Amino acid sequence: MDTLNLLWEGFGTALTPANLLYAAIGVLLGTAIGVLPGIGPAMAVALLLPVTYALAPTSAFIMFAGIYYGGMFGGSTTSILLNTPGETAAVVTAIEGNPMARKGRGAQALAAAAIGHFVGGLIGTILLVVLAPTVASLAVDIGAPDYFAIMVLAFIAVTSVLGKSRVRGFASLLIGLTIGLIGLDEMTGQQRLTFGSLHLADGIDVVIVAVGLFAVGESLWVAAHLRHGQTKPIPVGRPWLGREDLRRAWKPWLRGPLIGFPFGAIPAGGAEIPTFLSYVTEKRLSKHRQEFGKGAIEGVAGPEATASASAAGTLVSMLTLGLPTTAVAAVMLAAFQQYGIQPGPLLFEREPGLVWGLIASLFVGTVLLLVLNLPLAPVWARLLRIPRPYLYAGILFFASVGAYAVSGQVLDLLLLFVIGLLGFAMRRFGLPVLPAIIAVILGPAAEQQMRRALQLSDGSLTGLVNTPFSIAVYVVVLALLLWPVLRRLLPGRPGATAPAAGDTDPAGTDPAGTDRSGSIDEERTRENASR
Amino acid sequence: MRLRNWLAVLGALLAVLLVPPLVTSGTGTEDQAQIGNLRILVPNQPGGGYDITARTAAKAMDDAKLTSNVEVFNLPGAGGTVGLGRIVSERGDGRLLMSMGLGVVGSVYTNKSPSSLQDTTPIAKLIEEPDIVVVAKDSPYQSLGQLVEAWKANPGAVPVGGGSSPGGPDHLAPMLMAKAVGLAPKSVNYVPYDGGGELLAAVLGGKVAFGVSGIGEYRDQIQAGELRVLAATSANRIEGVDAPTLSEAGVDVKFSNWRGIVAPPGLTPAERDRLVKLIADLHDSAQWKEALAKNGWSDAFAGGDEFASFLSAENDRVASVLSDLGLA
Repeated sequence: MDTLNLLWEGFGTALTPANLLYAAIGVLLGTAIGVLPGIGPAMAVALLLPVTYALAPTSAFIMFAGIYYGGMFGGSTTSILLNTPGETAAVVTAIEGNPMARKGRGAQALAAAAIGHFVGGLIGTILLVVLAPTVASLAVDIGAPDYFAIMVLAFIAVTSVLGKSRVRGFASLLIGLTIGLIGLDEMTGQQRLTFGSLHLADGIDVVIVAVGLFAVGESLWVAAHLRHGQTKPIPVGRPWLGREDLRRAWKPWLRGPLIGFPFGAIPAGGAEIPTFLSYVTEKRLSKHRQEFGKGAIEGVAGPEATASASAAGTLVSMLTLGLPTTAVAAVMLAAFQQYGIQPGPLLFEREPGLVWGLIASLFVGTVLLLVLNLPLAPVWARLLRIPRPYLYAGILFFASVGAYAVSGQVLDLLLLFVIGLLGFAMRRFGLPVLPAIIAVILGPAAEQQMRRALQLSDGSLTGLVNTPFSIAVYVVVLALLLWPVLRRLLPGRPGATAPAAGDTDPAGTDPAGTDRSGSIDEERTRENASR
Repeated sequence: MRLRNWLAVLGALLAVLLVPPLVTSGTGTEDQAQIGNLRILVPNQPGGGYDITARTAAKAMDDAKLTSNVEVFNLPGAGGTVGLGRIVSERGDGRLLMSMGLGVVGSVYTNKSPSSLQDTTPIAKLIEEPDIVVVAKDSPYQSLGQLVEAWKANPGAVPVGGGSSPGGPDHLAPMLMAKAVGLAPKSVNYVPYDGGGELLAAVLGGKVAFGVSGIGEYRDQIQAGELRVLAATSANRIEGVDAPTLSEAGVDVKFSNWRGIVAPPGLTPAERDRLVKLIADLHDSAQWKEALAKNGWSDAFAGGDEFASFLSAENDRVASVLSDLGLA
């Protein structure tokens, strides 16, 4: 009851006209920033820091929280419409969102994302209120072996997005892992694949890889095929979610936060891995598996709800432990210190007004985002009416701006186009793009956690399995791997289970894999025929 | 009347913007009290340590009317050496400064940067922050002596966590400690974490035997009794923290992470002195003192030549540690 009273008082703080205005400014700014690839919420908050000196701390943090939530949302808009993820958390959204948009269901995809964010933010914030102290103490217990076990699980899950041809899928995965190797080795400070260039020492930003492979590769592919007829603009279809859409999306909306929130709260969690896990989960659970890769609404609803719940999770460890788990949280932590406030275990006792005002403003922010963006979805979707040559020119423009904005280096632009060419080549030869991007995200993280775990155990392999949590995860991994074999051994319906036993059904593949390889085969037959 | 005022402002702006590039650098501006259009390069991301220092300094300079319209811009990359390369290439530019610190000294070696801090014009050291040697409350180590004993017996089994990658401050501190107690730096099991926050979780959860990091993010946890500080790496004890210095605990190391300002090479002595004076004035301003208190920074001002010799001593110290590790 005490918590409820405090929260009630928090709403009193958050709903003053001035604070409401700051929340609205934050949400608007955040959405705008999220839309542009390269400029993340972390940078926005950092640049606003000096401006907010004059504000009361509560107002400043209400605005920052608005930017954070808005940024998490804004990234999905370009992901869906232009296949250009604005944020790393929105990379997964592009996989289903963009095919939906191309089929004339852009408004539905945007609406599914907006409602997903609302639900995710709402559930995440409720979990923040209820679980903050418990989750925080659990977060500390998660160590390197546990992270590595989760990464292994994620890598196993990757096999379900490898595409029709396993060889091509693994080739794509290896391309991603190689890109992920570039830069200074975090553990020892040695250079890898940097070719002596200082600009490569930090590795290649995931946003550049994702935008290059998705947006630039796609634009080049379209440009290469545009003259073969159809230049019709993409249809814009019905603006609202239908009953069928809602029926398919409500479960992913509710499942997403359960995956996202814990990942946000743990120190090396972030939003990328849970959104990816959410996508894989939805794909496995969906009754419409054959639609995945061609615009399944579950693939938008789940990951988006996950992303926004992970943002709420991030605030748990920041407020209760003083532990920043993402770049935005780190900058917000610096902001707290500017005001002479030390986030940590004593914060809730020392600054209840600020904390509960901030939490209440998160609820306000999620509502504002929904109110703002749901009516805008059909308007945004009209963007696709622009004839393709102009549309793709626009995509290339935004992709370049975004890549340059990441760190203001000309080399990044060059890398963007080289990776774009790579993306084009991968499409040409039927390699799915998704495993490469997942490998860029997962590879370095998995390597770091594994080596950290081994270092902590002084090189002993038992260091990888010395926690109950990691053992539990490995048991799940084993079960997943052995499931097809077990199923075949089980009595009954052998004929019915055999095709599904391969654990990747051909229909549920990435469009870049199946569709393109299909069209290549057609081209080849045509070529052969003309000879 | 109004219009004429506007024209005057416009004229002044034009003069400020156009005259300096036309006049050869240094000659026409020497007697001017203020340095106009000063720019500060930040070699890491917005929100990072050097960024906050630069933006705070820029605002304090503005508020104290020492100069106006200071522009702060970020050129992040490779631990600050991308920005360093830029500052070194802007030879003779007396209106450009770079916010930097100990981390950049190490990065020059780990990134094999072609330009080094010896190529720049040192202006001033501004602030410093001591590191602390910290363990969780249920750690078996009650004193630094116990920890060092266990560490020397089996360095591999006593992993030390730090919030910076090799070459950074949190890496250098334990390496210097190891050398002082007679351990080879190579035998130290150093586990780098992504910043002090991630390290905090590892220390609280007992994943590492001990952590070495700046005190900033840890004060609250120390006060709440979740963490125990075994020693402070600074020359003097830290106010409000009940722990000896390393020297008092028998490990002869004095170490602090610091931040300062450098300028491009090739400045005339007059240009250099003007910049040193500007930062000295900043240091004396009430606005800066307020900012120090607000951010919990300790004042460690050292201007001009004093900073230059300090920088070169730090460089030697870092180089010797990193060459023991095969990184320099």
